[in-house]
Amino acid sequence: MACCSAAVLAGALVGEPLPARAQETLYPQVERGRYVLVTGNCQGCHTEPGDEPFAGGRGLETPFGTIYTPNITFEPETGLGRWSRDDFWRAMHEGMAPDGSRLYPAFPYPHFARMPRDEVDALYDYLSTLPPVKKKKPDNELPWPLSWRVSLAGWQWMFFRPEPFQPDPRKSDQWNRGAYLVEGPGHCAGCHTEKNLAGADKEDRHLMGGQLENWAAPDIRGGANGGLAHWSEDDIVEFLKTGRNARTAAFSIMSEVIELSTQHMVDEDLRAIAVYLKDMEGEERAAPPAPDRAVMEAGAAIYFDNCSACHVSDGSGVPRFFAPLAGSGKVNNEDATTVIRVILEGARAVPTKAHPTPLTMPAFHWKLTDAQIAAVATYVRSSWGNHGGPVSASDVADLRKRLAEGLGPQG
Amino acid sequence: MAALLGSAPVIVPSALSKTLSGSIPWIAGTSPAPRGFGGQRFFTAAERRCVDALVARLIPADELGPGAREAGVVDFIDDQLAGPFGRGERWYMMGPFADGLETQGYQSEQPPAGLYRAALAELDAHCRAHFQDRLFADLSEAEQDAILGRIEGEDLEFAGVSASAFFALLQETTIEGFFCDPVHGGNRDMIGWRLVGFPGARYDYRDYLNHNGAAISIEPVGLSGRAAWNVD
Amino acid sequence: MTRKLPPVDVVLVGFGWTGAILAQELTQDGLQVLAIERGAWRDTPSHFPTTVAQDELRWYWRKEMFQSTARETLTFRNSRGETALPMRRWGSFLPGEGVGGGGVHWNGQTWRFLPSDFVAASHNAGRYGPLGPEMTVQDYGVTYDELEPHYDRFEKLCGIGGRAGNLNGEIRAGGNPFEGPRSAEYPNPPMHMTFAQHRFEAATGELGLKPFPGPSANMSQPYVNPLGCQLAPCTYCGFCEKYGCGNYSKASAQTTILPVLMRKPNFSVKTHNEVLQVKLDSTGRRATGVIHVDQNGEEYEQPADLVILCAYQLSNTRLMMLSGIGEIYDPATGDGLVGKNYCYQVMSGADVFFDDKYTNEFVGAGALGMCVDDYNGDNFDHSGLGFIGGGYIACWTTHSRPIERQRTPEGTPTWGSAWKKAVAENFLKSTNVGAHGASMAHAGNHLDLDPTYTDVYGRPLMRMTFDFTANDRAMSVFLTERVREIAERMGGREIRLNPREGPYDSMPYQTTHNTGGTIMGTNPSNSVVNRYLQSWDVPNLFVMGAGVFPQNAGYNPTGTVAALAYWSADAIRARYLRNPGPLVQA
Repeated sequence: MACCSAAVLAGALVGEPLPARAQETLYPQVERGRYVLVTGNCQGCHTEPGDEPFAGGRGLETPFGTIYTPNITFEPETGLGRWSRDDFWRAMHEGMAPDGSRLYPAFPYPHFARMPRDEVDALYDYLSTLPPVKKKKPDNELPWPLSWRVSLAGWQWMFFRPEPFQPDPRKSDQWNRGAYLVEGPGHCAGCHTEKNLAGADKEDRHLMGGQLENWAAPDIRGGANGGLAHWSEDDIVEFLKTGRNARTAAFSIMSEVIELSTQHMVDEDLRAIAVYLKDMEGEERAAPPAPDRAVMEAGAAIYFDNCSACHVSDGSGVPRFFAPLAGSGKVNNEDATTVIRVILEGARAVPTKAHPTPLTMPAFHWKLTDAQIAAVATYVRSSWGNHGGPVSASDVADLRKRLAEGLGPQG
Repeated sequence: MAALLGSAPVIVPSALSKTLSGSIPWIAGTSPAPRGFGGQRFFTAAERRCVDALVARLIPADELGPGAREAGVVDFIDDQLAGPFGRGERWYMMGPFADGLETQGYQSEQPPAGLYRAALAELDAHCRAHFQDRLFADLSEAEQDAILGRIEGEDLEFAGVSASAFFALLQETTIEGFFCDPVHGGNRDMIGWRLVGFPGARYDYRDYLNHNGAAISIEPVGLSGRAAWNVD
Repeated sequence: MTRKLPPVDVVLVGFGWTGAILAQELTQDGLQVLAIERGAWRDTPSHFPTTVAQDELRWYWRKEMFQSTARETLTFRNSRGETALPMRRWGSFLPGEGVGGGGVHWNGQTWRFLPSDFVAASHNAGRYGPLGPEMTVQDYGVTYDELEPHYDRFEKLCGIGGRAGNLNGEIRAGGNPFEGPRSAEYPNPPMHMTFAQHRFEAATGELGLKPFPGPSANMSQPYVNPLGCQLAPCTYCGFCEKYGCGNYSKASAQTTILPVLMRKPNFSVKTHNEVLQVKLDSTGRRATGVIHVDQNGEEYEQPADLVILCAYQLSNTRLMMLSGIGEIYDPATGDGLVGKNYCYQVMSGADVFFDDKYTNEFVGAGALGMCVDDYNGDNFDHSGLGFIGGGYIACWTTHSRPIERQRTPEGTPTWGSAWKKAVAENFLKSTNVGAHGASMAHAGNHLDLDPTYTDVYGRPLMRMTFDFTANDRAMSVFLTERVREIAERMGGREIRLNPREGPYDSMPYQTTHNTGGTIMGTNPSNSVVNRYLQSWDVPNLFVMGAGVFPQNAGYNPTGTVAALAYWSADAIRARYLRNPGPLVQA
């Protein structure tokens, strides 16, 4: 029944009338597009929490200011309703809007540029089947000259090469599929690679960890010295599929990636990602300075009294329930932002199809002082074979200050 | 109709009344922190002195160590009576009122704060009348104990307020103040917990399951910590 | 002015254990289900995380999680000749409020009733002759065998830890040999026993009894239930009953169902909305929906095809009365059924004091205990004893929260230095052996509407008339003697007996196991609901909860309440939805 029109099938899916152009499209093409969308996690950024999916309006905090994502439903006034396939290709591949203006790279077109035309067309066809929503995007909050899109021409000239993905013939098909997904639609480097002053990826720090929105994204290189060196391929697949594995649990931004994207991907693709990441060697790290003994003693007392109920007195946690801290990549990250933040704010493990319970760590911002949080963070980063290094009370104070607005009425 | 709610979380507030659908409204970052000790005062200076004397007889300082007075129980009771508990905010306080049977529990027309006030006045009036114009707090410990014994034994009645209801409330709030988490203002320095060996606000004893009848030594901890949490 | 809302298929009144079970079941058929809960939304991280959960004053003594008696309570008297007065604060029992209901702050002792408990009237009359004329005991109308699969479902939902004593008829060592046959082993192993349980096990063994681990809804290991929900291992923190579990270790609606249910688009819950009335059509034979009110005092009519009462037993009974469904029971005439057969639980026990052994009961959990069932139900010959029923006897180590527990030996004064010394010396070196006795229905124990006192909306409060019966007292004397025999063998220095004496006192906490009032049975002349918990009078109204128990057995009720909810849900799904109408012809 491949000839059956998408109008019927997609109509059955969403229960809404479709733009005329979708009727020209076959169901397999729409389904393909749906999967492309999953691999790119479009929904995450293009949905304002609590509002209609894909209608945009979510503010992305960048070091330069807040950029609001556009509506990508095919609503003609406020969405993509008047875009042609070619318009869409130019945006995805060249970072250029139909009027010729340049797009901010908060939209990760430097990665989407790796995607071939037929994938991008499929995505376009799928988006065209979504219920159109009328929703105007708020204006970006950027200082001049960044608010002036012409300034992006220079950025693109310096940092952007719109080259499709080139498979490495020396590597397996599986490796190449993983590389395509990671470097292309998956745009993992968006978070997991450090940025330069212009906000572009530092190429020599590829996937070695980054920082955004006051989270430290860990090193995800899987070879020797990489952040995932101690993870097996199975660990990676399980993590992306279920949000948990024996070593950690996903929360914050990664939880959204898993919830909307990776848990819906086929196992073969997750395996391919794992194979690719495991093939990337990391960088040897210098041993951190030894923690102060008094700090460690205080940290041990705080840990014993507050943390052991979930993470267990020896840091072993309860795999897939409560993250083990011994050997944890997040705990050992050179950048302690995530550790401090999780103690301050708590963290909610992503609910997935496999694990629907969002097991949640409580916030300690009201209960522990900066020095106490620093002590317990130092303790977990320096115990049970961990080598994350000490955390200072001023690190905690800084982050507390930065988060103060986001902590809610009791913060 | 609600089928259209789809996957987006929908929260329609109407003050506290809400409709929840489509997602699990669990979020990180919120904390129902305890109300804690507010240091509020309900008692007059004279009432405070009387209550301080009373609690010091119920749980005295002695060879076993400090008692209710040293644990700050009067501060705790004062703060509690000045707050929602004292006002009986969560108690059913609609009339009509009747004395009731013992099996029917608290039937005072007064919420706890009012009952305290009325009974303390009666207690001191009784002491003035029978102990040469002295107040309860001025009496010797033996005299104080004798009065408390008579109240407990229902051998001493107050006018307009039940002496036995007061004694029950006094005893209940004294024990609360002696053994509560220090965050509420009582159990100062965890005096109550140390006396009995209660380790406090802990959440994990798995390492001790095989104690098999042997003593376990763990420092008590309160919701706001213990000395060992501090670096210096 | 009442605003009429768009109709739903099913409205659930109250959103605790039974509400969550019914919602989870009925949404599977695509029905649009709305739960209306008068309390707040509540979840583990936002309301009782480990950072605040172990606060004795706040949660128990200031009763932050229980129904507010300022808004509504009940009045109480021991007998009809007395004037009932309001319970101005909770004492003997603690009705829950908010999402998850009492299931948030239960201990987790999760029992099945005995097969003979379901046929208490016919079984006991058959074996011992007619029951006294005042004993209004009757059969449930449903059998253990019919409920067995539903018990099993609930145990798997909750991850109950225990050891089967009767697996498909085969008696197994180490379990309860008196239990009805179970189709499967418990989903989790028993809890990790401590010193006091070891002593109890040895003592009961010496007496020729059959000790076994108490069935526990506190997780003995990490558990993933059939819905995929995760329950973490219990940490034995000693803050179970009266507290929410901050560690996801105690089965509750929050830990076992809500993560899945809340994501369903055809389910929603309204919080801080109180149902005032079940609305009937002009025939009085059909519920058209409910009237509810929000915190601003706005009143709504919520039409529904099916109305299911899922609130606490006392609230369900009262809502039936306030809605004019059925006739209120009158003990003077014996007429009426709503409010009849109110029963409770008859508790007694003995404290055991050791000289040189530490029980360390702060290392505890709500359902950490060893039990014997030799004296429960009709597990022993009652000939010549003058009572029917019984109870289990257990050594639970649930906690040593110090405001609540100061065990002192016989003869200790209640205050002063001697009291202080006794508390200090015995706090860590004592335990308790308790009898958890049945409560048999009696014509004089009942619920009705109070003529004087009203709730915050001006509606009459429920009035409870209750005292322990001759059967209860004889049973309790017998059980307490058995407790004494066990306690004396546990190797302590001395024991202190806490017998159940005098009239029922509504203030000291005993247990929140209130039953009856909307009882189930075999025909409309002996019951409010039929064997599927469907109202005889209004067939599109179902009533959950322990209110349907015709009398209470010697066990904690939650397991049976939940099994009945699943049983009823199955009947609704398999039969009622296809052919709405009475499931049992009168």
